[in-house]
Amino acid sequence: MDSLIIAGKTYFSRLLVGTGKYKDFAETRAAIDASGAEIITVAIRRTNLGQNPDEPNLLDVLPPSQYTLLPNTAGCYTVDDAIRTLRLARELLDGHSLVKLEVLGDPRTLYPNMVETIKAAEILIKEGFQVMVYTSDDPIIAKQLEEIGCVAIMPLASLIGSGMGILNPWNLQIIIDNATVPVIVDAGVGTASDATIAMELGCDGVLTNTAIATAQNAVLMASAMKKAVEAGREAYRAGRMAKRLYNGSPSSPVSGIIASRTDKAL
Amino acid sequence: MIQLIINGQPQHFPVHDQMRPLTNDHDGAVLNITQLLEHMALRGKRIAVERNGEIVPRSKFDEQLLINGDRLEIVVAVGGG
Repeated sequence: MDSLIIAGKTYFSRLLVGTGKYKDFAETRAAIDASGAEIITVAIRRTNLGQNPDEPNLLDVLPPSQYTLLPNTAGCYTVDDAIRTLRLARELLDGHSLVKLEVLGDPRTLYPNMVETIKAAEILIKEGFQVMVYTSDDPIIAKQLEEIGCVAIMPLASLIGSGMGILNPWNLQIIIDNATVPVIVDAGVGTASDATIAMELGCDGVLTNTAIATAQNAVLMASAMKKAVEAGREAYRAGRMAKRLYNGSPSSPVSGIIASRTDKAL
Repeated sequence: MIQLIINGQPQHFPVHDQMRPLTNDHDGAVLNITQLLEHMALRGKRIAVERNGEIVPRSKFDEQLLINGDRLEIVVAVGGG
């Protein structure tokens, strides 16, 4: 069985999904079930003071016993905020140490600040966290993140929430070729074919949120993403044919054709 | 009254009978975290608490005393990508 191993734990789905931007918890749950994802990201936020105490909680809809919850540091622009957020997450999730680190650099592009990301990753790893790290698609940075002990490298395919797809497959290819930990495309996937392209390149997985949650039919898109990731993975494992512009080679036999063109040659 | 900064907002908590005022051996401490959460209707909810930048483990909610001016973060998991 083709499985994905992250920090020593085996997963059978290579699609990781976020839980943001859904209409309501019912749609969140339905989409996540349709996606078949085992790892799902959650954000950590201040509780709304004065909220209705009976308001449903995301963790009741998505119990940690059924999924691997991956708390993120979305919205954090400093090392300190990211670290405090994940310490709170670890406490909230009863000591769970697998986390998604992102330290952003700019609110307009949500592009990661890699200098701060590396600093935060070093501290978190020292504190015993298993860090899956959001990164730019710089192959040197990606390798450094692996060397300091990150358990998965998660390069962007394009900007967070942009849906622009795989903009630099060549950088992703280099990152994948260099890596000995899983490489998971995080950010930029807009539709199913983007996920397939990422997997065909040899990515170990795809993480997507907006493409599913903001589709006209989120549950159907979740199902499409599941198939797209599986298809891309199978195509990668199968090994694609070589590309060639000329020197075409027909699939059917070249001899025995009844065409008069061959008869005239006699 | 005790003033706490909770999630960035100043909040005042009166000491009343149900809060079982504690002795003042912690520089004006009047309530612990369990009592605070009770007061905020958050007791037993899936939350995590940070006090003055340090995590307060759930197992320490009863013994962690709060003093005037403490800064608390009380967080939950929400949808995110």
